[in-house]
Amino acid sequence: MIALVVNGKRYEADVEPEASLLWVLREHLGLTGTKFGCGKGICGSCTVHIDGRATRSCQTSVGAVAGKAITTIEGLPADHPVKKAWFTGEVVQCGYCQPGQIMQAAALFAEDPRPSEEKIVKTMDHNLCRCGTYPRIRAALVKLAREGGAP
Amino acid sequence: MSNGLTRREFLQYSGAGLTLAVVFAPFGLRLAGAETAADFRPNAWLTIHPDDRVTIIVAKSEMGQGVYTSLPMLVADELEADWARVAIAVAPARDEYKDPLFGMQATGGSTSVRHLYEPLRQAGAAARFMLVAAAAKRWGAPAGECIAARGVITHKPSGRMASYGELSAEAAAIPVPADPPLKKKGEFRLIGSPLPRVDTASKVSGSAVFGLDVRVPGMRYAVLARPPAYGAKALSSNHEAALKVPGVEGVLPIDRGVAVWARTIEAAWKGREALAVQWDKGVDPALSDKSLREIFAAHLGKEGLVARTEGDTKAALAGAAKKIEARYFLPYLAHATMEPMNATASVTKERCELWLPTQNQTGAQGLAIKISGLPADKITVNTTFLGGGFGRRFEMDTVEEALLIAKAAGVPIKVVWTREEDLQYDYYRPGNAALLEGGLDGQGRLVAWRMKVAVPPIFERVFPGMVKDGIDLAAIDGLRELEYEIPNLAVEYVRVDTPVPVGFWRSVGNSHNAFTVECFIDELAGAAGKDPLEFRLGLLKEHPRAARVLRLAAEKAGWGTARPAGRALGLAYFHSFDSRVAQVAEVSLRDATREIVVHRVVCAVDCGVVVNPDTVRAQMMGGCLMGLSAALKEAVAFADGGSRSSNFGDYRILRNSESPPVEVHIVESDEKPCGIGEPGVPPIAPAVANALFALSGARQRELPLRMAARG
Repeated sequence: MIALVVNGKRYEADVEPEASLLWVLREHLGLTGTKFGCGKGICGSCTVHIDGRATRSCQTSVGAVAGKAITTIEGLPADHPVKKAWFTGEVVQCGYCQPGQIMQAAALFAEDPRPSEEKIVKTMDHNLCRCGTYPRIRAALVKLAREGGAP
Repeated sequence: MSNGLTRREFLQYSGAGLTLAVVFAPFGLRLAGAETAADFRPNAWLTIHPDDRVTIIVAKSEMGQGVYTSLPMLVADELEADWARVAIAVAPARDEYKDPLFGMQATGGSTSVRHLYEPLRQAGAAARFMLVAAAAKRWGAPAGECIAARGVITHKPSGRMASYGELSAEAAAIPVPADPPLKKKGEFRLIGSPLPRVDTASKVSGSAVFGLDVRVPGMRYAVLARPPAYGAKALSSNHEAALKVPGVEGVLPIDRGVAVWARTIEAAWKGREALAVQWDKGVDPALSDKSLREIFAAHLGKEGLVARTEGDTKAALAGAAKKIEARYFLPYLAHATMEPMNATASVTKERCELWLPTQNQTGAQGLAIKISGLPADKITVNTTFLGGGFGRRFEMDTVEEALLIAKAAGVPIKVVWTREEDLQYDYYRPGNAALLEGGLDGQGRLVAWRMKVAVPPIFERVFPGMVKDGIDLAAIDGLRELEYEIPNLAVEYVRVDTPVPVGFWRSVGNSHNAFTVECFIDELAGAAGKDPLEFRLGLLKEHPRAARVLRLAAEKAGWGTARPAGRALGLAYFHSFDSRVAQVAEVSLRDATREIVVHRVVCAVDCGVVVNPDTVRAQMMGGCLMGLSAALKEAVAFADGGSRSSNFGDYRILRNSESPPVEVHIVESDEKPCGIGEPGVPPIAPAVANALFALSGARQRELPLRMAARG
């Protein structure tokens, strides 16, 4: 049994400590907003927060994060400035990579509410999107930064 | 109604498929309400509920292109529905939802709006007509005095009002009009407006259900050990070892490999490893990047089938004042949808149910009939969100695997592919080569054009009935439609056969033909000593729509004006899926690495009547960036008889930092709607290549583009 604290809620999962956090979230906890994209930590679709830091859940074992604060896309409030920026920026297309993109951006803005465009692009550069939403992601975040992280 | 069943027939059909659907309202997500007898369903496309909610059925797959928003807009506008009360439901696989031109329920070819623009508007207009008639009857007033607007009918002279919900039962008693009057330009309330996407809320909250997110009670995860070389057969595999892995419940050899299913995905992967399958060497163990390259080069020396011919090209080339010739080569490309391939199936003796991120409901239904042995009415196809499609999800391979394994396992099965499998077992955009010859007269006018394209066929496998005189339509995409006015022109197709599977990839053959055509036109402009824009315009005197987008993109990009030092512009134009698209790219080279930097792209599009301008902008941007990804980075690697691309570490796709802003200008047009999902792809690769030529004088004739290091 591994005890996990996800989105402020305590869960017990009957899994080995080396089980991947991504699949435990998806299969055992039913939190399917966190996506499987590459399984190698390259694409960023599986990004969650561990104690506030953007982390690739496919490369994280549950044993390593037992007891830590895990936040998934479902746990990011609906009125979170980054989520709101996604609406006003009309960002999504297929939507599959977007939870990872949003989690990556939310961690950045938690640490720095007014990041430069350069910092935004650098931080978002390892979250892949195949639909070509990058310019809108960038525009939405640049606008959010200009507004001090609160649209 | 042209699309239709009678209301009674429709009600008979409407079972679980409609009511289980999660619906997406413009202002959030909710479950579809239970349907009541008082619901008004004039046709297969919409239901008006007594509480004024309107449910519109969408029979195209949402893969990012915005059909869950744009198609309901067509119905709702003619219906004069209150958009805030509209929810959508996803169509099950049924005959009445087949595309009227395809004859199948499928999403592809940038056709959703093109094929449904009239039928969906008719569906909405018929309902409005019936509601107006019902109100007129209730009030004993002429229908002409009863005006429908935003979900309410108003009797102008008396001021009486009734909502659609209040009239639903009475409207249902009115005969369905055969040919309801449609709105005219200027009367649209939604069409032409940049309405926000209805699927943003669920995609931002994480609640949107993609294929991979489907959970069915008792479901097991299945994975396949697949052959490393094309056509390789398993020599041995250790089923006992796999079954000993905790959680593994079964093993099944099928044509495409050896399947293992288990309680969790990680157990299934461990089971697959334990199989330790030994494979033979396959059908062509020597197949490699080099062997494929040689095959394509050799095929350019063969005589092709003539796909288009005008004038006497041979004589015109022989008599030209100046003649140039060039060979182009393009690689195989993977779709790399962000959601890896997957399919979920349940097959019992009584019924079969599928949960699929698919572009091809009719294909899935047909396969389910074949494998389950059940009739169509015992089969349910649920379409989830698609985490990217791009043509890959038209294919039935994953669906077939899920059906075969679920049938053998006796429990619901979700087949999951890894990214490695996705990149190695794709139906790729075919590699290809082209030979072009052009002849100019003494005044630098283009008088002869000969083009030979050597490429593996796609239609022969997918739609063999559409192959005429041996010509594969994908191979010559955009070439029969080529608008340049050249008096002597010949297009030939040379069929190439290799074991590498190929399929539809966003914009299909246009993705390669645009590159060769638009680069070669630039070469000819250079040979004629003319500006690339002026040279093209001189060949498009009879094609005002083409000329207009070229001029617009050029003007907005500052064509002909000085660029910052070290930067240059390149231009390209292509006509595909009825749309006309011109793109101008501004590029430079990074000093130290000679890495190509694209600073911005200006795109002009004429896609006829626009339903949702924001969707058009998003699709032009997305198509352009997918094309740029291919232009700068992508090529599938082959060795030892199979594909060796493994993950995003070696099959690299465009990143945020490499992605320029794409400025989209839409030409106002009253022409019929044209495609938008794909036409943004073709022009960007030649635009960038032409900009590199303008910058460096080095002509790029291969993709991905590579600038040689300074000598």
